[in-house]
Amino acid sequence: MPQMGESIAEGTVSRWLKEVGDTVERDEPILEISTDKVDAEIPAPQSGTLVEVAVEEGETVEVGTIVAYIDTEGGAAPSADEADEDQEDAREASAEPEPETVEDDDEGEGDDEETTEVEASEEAPESAEPDSAEERLKQRSTPVVRRMAEEKGVDLSEVKGTGHAGRVTKQDLLDHLEKEEDAPAPEPAKEERKPARPAKVERPAAAAQAPSDLWKTFYGQVQHPEFPVRDADRVETMDKIRRLTAEHMVVAKRIAPHVHSFIEIDFTRVDRIRRQNKKKWADQGARVSFTAFVTWAISRVLRDYPMVNATASGNNIIYRGNVNVGIAVDLDPGLIVPVIRDADHLSLVGIGKKVIDLAERARSRKLSPDEIQGATFSITNPGVLGTMVGLPVIPKGTAGILGTGAIEKRVVVIEDPETGEDSMAIRKRSIFSLGYDHRIVDGADAARFLASLKELIEDFPEDA
Amino acid sequence: MDPAGRRLQTRRLGRVPYADAQRLQEDLVRRRRAGEVDDQLLLLEHPHVITLGTGADRTHLLAAEEERRVRGVELHESGRGGDITYHGPGQLVGYPILDLKPDRKDLHRYLRDLEEVLILTLEEFGIVARRSSGFTGVWTDEGKIAAIGVRVSSGWITSHGFALNVSTDLDYFGMIVPCGLDNRAVASIESVLGRPVELAEAMAGVERQMRAVFGVVEGAPVREG
Repeated sequence: MPQMGESIAEGTVSRWLKEVGDTVERDEPILEISTDKVDAEIPAPQSGTLVEVAVEEGETVEVGTIVAYIDTEGGAAPSADEADEDQEDAREASAEPEPETVEDDDEGEGDDEETTEVEASEEAPESAEPDSAEERLKQRSTPVVRRMAEEKGVDLSEVKGTGHAGRVTKQDLLDHLEKEEDAPAPEPAKEERKPARPAKVERPAAAAQAPSDLWKTFYGQVQHPEFPVRDADRVETMDKIRRLTAEHMVVAKRIAPHVHSFIEIDFTRVDRIRRQNKKKWADQGARVSFTAFVTWAISRVLRDYPMVNATASGNNIIYRGNVNVGIAVDLDPGLIVPVIRDADHLSLVGIGKKVIDLAERARSRKLSPDEIQGATFSITNPGVLGTMVGLPVIPKGTAGILGTGAIEKRVVVIEDPETGEDSMAIRKRSIFSLGYDHRIVDGADAARFLASLKELIEDFPEDA
Repeated sequence: MDPAGRRLQTRRLGRVPYADAQRLQEDLVRRRRAGEVDDQLLLLEHPHVITLGTGADRTHLLAAEEERRVRGVELHESGRGGDITYHGPGQLVGYPILDLKPDRKDLHRYLRDLEEVLILTLEEFGIVARRSSGFTGVWTDEGKIAAIGVRVSSGWITSHGFALNVSTDLDYFGMIVPCGLDNRAVASIESVLGRPVELAEAMAGVERQMRAVFGVVEGAPVREG
């Protein structure tokens, strides 16, 4: 990524004008980049064949990052005039596609690492004897691939490189990751021995991004800050579920202004129905948990509150045509949210079977991808472990999540509907919390929603 | 190039359809790169058109397809940077075709210089205008008055440029979210001053300030169209 101005720290590749394998003439535009309110064509620094594209369209990279490799047919050294113009930067200029005249800019920013790589790729790919495994590794990949490998926790030495001079390309890494996903379980031992990475050098502040890019980054990319490791500590790479969860939670919290409302619900009636029918349902091969009752009830209530079964999308609100309820399942460790599709069309027993089936297959890691996608609303049940109530995070792309607290016996004051007399009674009660996206759901909506849910659960139909 | 400064040829083109202006720019970029012409400043007006920059988010086009057609507003994709914008009668569009190599191979500096040209032009009208930190364009207290979106072709040749609202019917901006900046008002020289202003008046100012900011030494204005 050429230096396009003093205050420009990075650029986005908007379009490749040439493909791998294409012959390019010196000064011929090979790609377009965009930064801020500017689009710029980047010409080839040398004639040759485009052998590798290291940065995909839409990716944003720092100034100095290699974006492509051009085979100059015989590893031509930088042309004489360039070398004359600027001795110091000539090596870098030879492989970095820059506007031909950028060299006389003061641009020593490209760090040594990058320069090493250029030399290795352009001049002596095979014969160069690198100093260390680390060096060898660097030469086998591009900065983008290295960064990606670091993010995904992949040891590049284990990836087979098919790129120029055996380099690991982005595709190689993606293939490797895919294979890894298919493999049964990660080997924890191997992960554990990975050394902690010390805090990296700060990237130059992207001070001058276009607003749209800024929002894209804010809503799309997650970078977890790093912290120093102390002596007695153990460092483990996050597994895939942890990584996805971490990323999702950050984005979900960034986007939706969360508000939470609570309501206490009496489960005495549900408890009675559940005990009375337990045997009958068992004969039908079903087990109907409290979660199933709640799912049944909320899927009915959601039909009456379309703004809760919706999502904010740009300046629009998408009201979902289906009621698909995601149910958080504890994998201990880890969390996954399988989805009960069209829950509002299922009977209580049907939902009961579905909940058990999905939870079991979630724990044995046998869910198919479409079974964890498409939720329009979610339920999480911290109460199963005794928690009184929680403040759940609203999954991205939805407007609400219900947190169900522990169902416990409590002493409550009951008023006799006929005599008006108060008495104390022992009832099974639970506190429910509703997390909702205040962009599209207001407090009063949530209050009405919870009141309807309470009413339906407390007056649960016998024939559900 | 003359070390003493830049030679700039101004062309006042009148009202030019967007596609024609794009073709003219492409041709001039090529000729400027080949050294066949001096730096160019195209000053013109477009018929009603909404253009999408390469960074455009189509959700920023608020007008329904139907409304757009009924109001006679064209829709064009454009090679400039930036999001979505509106051009139309009463808006002074400036397309500088400059070779930045000799003195300013810095895209941000170029953007800031264009803003400077517009700020100084507005000052001639007694309007206080300023930059908005983190954004490109020029603002007054009443709202955004000028938009900027440029392209740099290989060899550091610029095209596209700026759009200054002189007597623009600001209602048309209601069809878009200007440059993706939500909830920001738009303004024109007329709306700020509360009196009619001729496009030519603003053209003269822009040309003057362009020469001042970019250190132009000579080059005769050419009137065409």
